[in-house]
Amino acid sequence: MLEVKNAVVRYGAITALHGISLEVNKGEIVTLLGANGAGKSTTLRMLSGLQAAQEGQILFEGVDIANTKPHNFTALGISHVPEGRRIFPQMTVEENLDMGAYSRKDSYVDDIEKMFIMFPILKDRRKQLGGNLSGGEQQMLAIARALMSRPRLLLLDEPSMGLAPMIIESIFQIIGDIRETGTTVFLVEQNASQALRLADRGYVMENGRIAFSDKASNLLNDPRVRAVYLGESA
Amino acid sequence: MHGFLSYLNAHFHALRLEFWGLFIGGIGSGIIYAMVAIGYTMVYGVLRLINFAHSEIFMTGAFAGYFTLNYLIGSSSPTGFSSILLIIVGILAGGITGSFFAVVLERVAYRPLRIRKAPKIAYLISAIGASYFLLNLAAKEFGRIGRGIAQPYQNHTVFTIFGAPVEMYNIIIFVAAGIMLIIVDRLVSKTKLGRSIRSVAQDSETASLMGVDIDRTIAMTFVIGGFLGGAAGFLYALNVGVLYSMGFTPALKAFTAAVLGGIGNLRGAVIGGLILGVTESFTVVFFSGAYTDVVAFAILVLVLMFRPTGILGELIGRSA
Repeated sequence: MLEVKNAVVRYGAITALHGISLEVNKGEIVTLLGANGAGKSTTLRMLSGLQAAQEGQILFEGVDIANTKPHNFTALGISHVPEGRRIFPQMTVEENLDMGAYSRKDSYVDDIEKMFIMFPILKDRRKQLGGNLSGGEQQMLAIARALMSRPRLLLLDEPSMGLAPMIIESIFQIIGDIRETGTTVFLVEQNASQALRLADRGYVMENGRIAFSDKASNLLNDPRVRAVYLGESA
Repeated sequence: MHGFLSYLNAHFHALRLEFWGLFIGGIGSGIIYAMVAIGYTMVYGVLRLINFAHSEIFMTGAFAGYFTLNYLIGSSSPTGFSSILLIIVGILAGGITGSFFAVVLERVAYRPLRIRKAPKIAYLISAIGASYFLLNLAAKEFGRIGRGIAQPYQNHTVFTIFGAPVEMYNIIIFVAAGIMLIIVDRLVSKTKLGRSIRSVAQDSETASLMGVDIDRTIAMTFVIGGFLGGAAGFLYALNVGVLYSMGFTPALKAFTAAVLGGIGNLRGAVIGGLILGVTESFTVVFFSGAYTDVVAFAILVLVLMFRPTGILGELIGRSA
């Protein structure tokens, strides 16, 4: 479904991504792990056009999207839940959901109802401003907003960041549910153990490169992963 | 002490006599400031910059209305339905011309800087340059003397409020500006276009992730602000005529109004405009009329010193 081949991203003189390659197949949850500054967010930003790749290819369903403008991605079927949630603070919950459906030409009233079933708390808060929600509620809204465009590929950037363990639990539960409905998920996470338990496969980034990749269950038991990302001594 | 009290007493007596007349006049100029202020505040919302060339958008709209009406009216004296029609045509001429020049301004003076991620000071210099260009172009093409506009209606006192006359001109301004302000308010708060403008103001990068074309949205913001600015120029010209430099003072006051209401805040711009218009109208009671502009800019300085976020604060912008 998604294939990245030797993508290079430079910020001026600094190279953030040194030719990374990865693949996401239809129906999978694939996670991208790595320390702060390893290039995870840059990778995700590249996958939704926010960051141009100077070299390499990004193929989505066989089409090269490396030079596509960010505002055309939702129409392609790729939706991005950005790091830090980035809810529109002065818009109500409903208006934020409207924004998620911005590129749709058809009626999306049913989709809003679906989101309210999936995230009942958002229904209670529908008239409140996004900026007044709690962190967990904002994360749910950010995911719901991204789903409004009915993406085939959902990109999630650090959805557990800054949330209480119980909320993280339910967010991961929801990500699993989203996959069940047929949406492919590409998940960037610092919370490696949770992410690997949910994902089918994982990539591990170091210094702007893909260091290694494997099935998630293998990575969970991989001593390199356990040492660095799961906080265990090898 | 006694002298001072009788001074105040005399002036408050004058205020009582003049109150409604000054109030009506103040609302009339205030609503023009409000229309222009919306252009400043909306552009600030999406670009974080003060479009200092907006004064010339006002001027181009005034000239467009002037040429259109002088052509259509000639030496006739329109009344009734044709008056209304001519006013609408003048508003459209001013508004469309304002939109046109605002969009050209954005393309030529601002977009190239945005693509190059230029520092904010570059926008300011570019704005001043564009403003001088349009100002001097108008001076060269249209001359440096003021001209009266062909009147599309016969001005007369329509009714009185507590003895203060309300003239046809007041009613035209109030109705026309009121309708336009309501339409823009609805447009921004209820439509998809309005949501796209607000989303870019709040978080442009995330707006683009939602599918919002930022360049197009910024251009549309200039279209709306330019229309109001140009139409306001025409309404202003109905009263005082046209001159190449006519935009400077009202636009600076509209900028004051936008800051007073809270830059980036649409309704704040309207409230700021009305407060400023009424306040400066009442200054003639206490000082001479020559102090009107001084009072307006004293308000600007005081707001910037004591409450830089304005009365309503920044609403359509990012939260801190």
